[in-house]
Amino acid sequence: MEGIIFYIIALVTIVAALRVVMGRNAVHSALWLVLVFFCFGAFYVLLQAEFVAAIQVIVYAGAIMVLFLFVIMLLRVDRPEELPPKHRSQRVVGVLLGIALLIGVGVTVAVDLLPGKSGEKSIEALNTLSGGNTQALAEKLFTDYLLHFEATSALLLAAIVGAVILAKRKEEK
Amino acid sequence: MIPLSHYLGLSVILFTIGLLGVVIRRNAIVIFMCIELMLNAVNLSFVAIARSLSSLDGQVIVLLVMTVAAAEAAVGLAIIISIFRTKGTINVDEINLLKW
Repeated sequence: MEGIIFYIIALVTIVAALRVVMGRNAVHSALWLVLVFFCFGAFYVLLQAEFVAAIQVIVYAGAIMVLFLFVIMLLRVDRPEELPPKHRSQRVVGVLLGIALLIGVGVTVAVDLLPGKSGEKSIEALNTLSGGNTQALAEKLFTDYLLHFEATSALLLAAIVGAVILAKRKEEK
Repeated sequence: MIPLSHYLGLSVILFTIGLLGVVIRRNAIVIFMCIELMLNAVNLSFVAIARSLSSLDGQVIVLLVMTVAAAEAAVGLAIIISIFRTKGTINVDEINLLKW
C-alpha cells in the first residue's frame, strides 16, 4: 500500500516538476510548483516526519509561493516568454550536465557508498518516546542545535532588512 | 517500507530537473523557482536518510534549510524587483552589465 502511494506521488511530482521547467507562462510554472511542494509534504508524511510536512505546506506552498506569484504579477511578466534562448548550445550543455549528474549519483546510490552510524531507536520509536514528532524535533532543536537556531534568527533579521532596502524605491535627489 | 535508494533516486531526478531549468530558462523568476525545486530535492534526501539511519538530525537540518530558503527567496525577489526597475526586464540574457 505504502509502495503504491509512493510511486503514484513520485510520478505526479516528476510530471509537475517537468511542467515547471517546460511551461512558457511564469504563473503556470508557479502553480505547478505548488503541486510539487504538496507532493513533497506527502513524502514527508510517508517518512514519519509530520512536523516537517506541516512546515513544508505552510512555508513553501503557502508563504514562498505567494511571494513568487506576487512578484510575477507585480512585474507583469505573466505573459508567455519566447523560449528559444540566445545561446543554443546552453540547452545541449544543460542536458549533458543533467545526464552526468544522474549517472554520478545513480552509481553512488546503486553501490551503496553512503556511510553513517545508525541510531539505536527507529524514528517511530523516537517519536512515541517524546510524545510526537513535533516534541521530538523541539527537544533536538533547542538542545543540540540551539546555536544553529539562534543563527537562523540573525539570518532572518538580515534578510528582512536586506529585502526592504533592495525593494525600496530610490528617493529622487 | 520503501527502500532508501528509491527516495534518493527520486531526489536526484528532481534535482536534475531543477538544474535543467536553471540552465535552460531565461526568466529570472522561473530560474528562482527551479532553485527552490533543487533545495526541496535535497531536503527529501535529508529526511529519507534520517529515517534510514534512525536519527532526527536530518529533520532538524531540513528545518534550518527551509529557513535559509525563505530568507533567500525574500532577498532574491527583492533583487529581481530592483533589477526590473533599472533594466526594465528580467530576461537573464539581457541583464549583462557585468559582461565584458
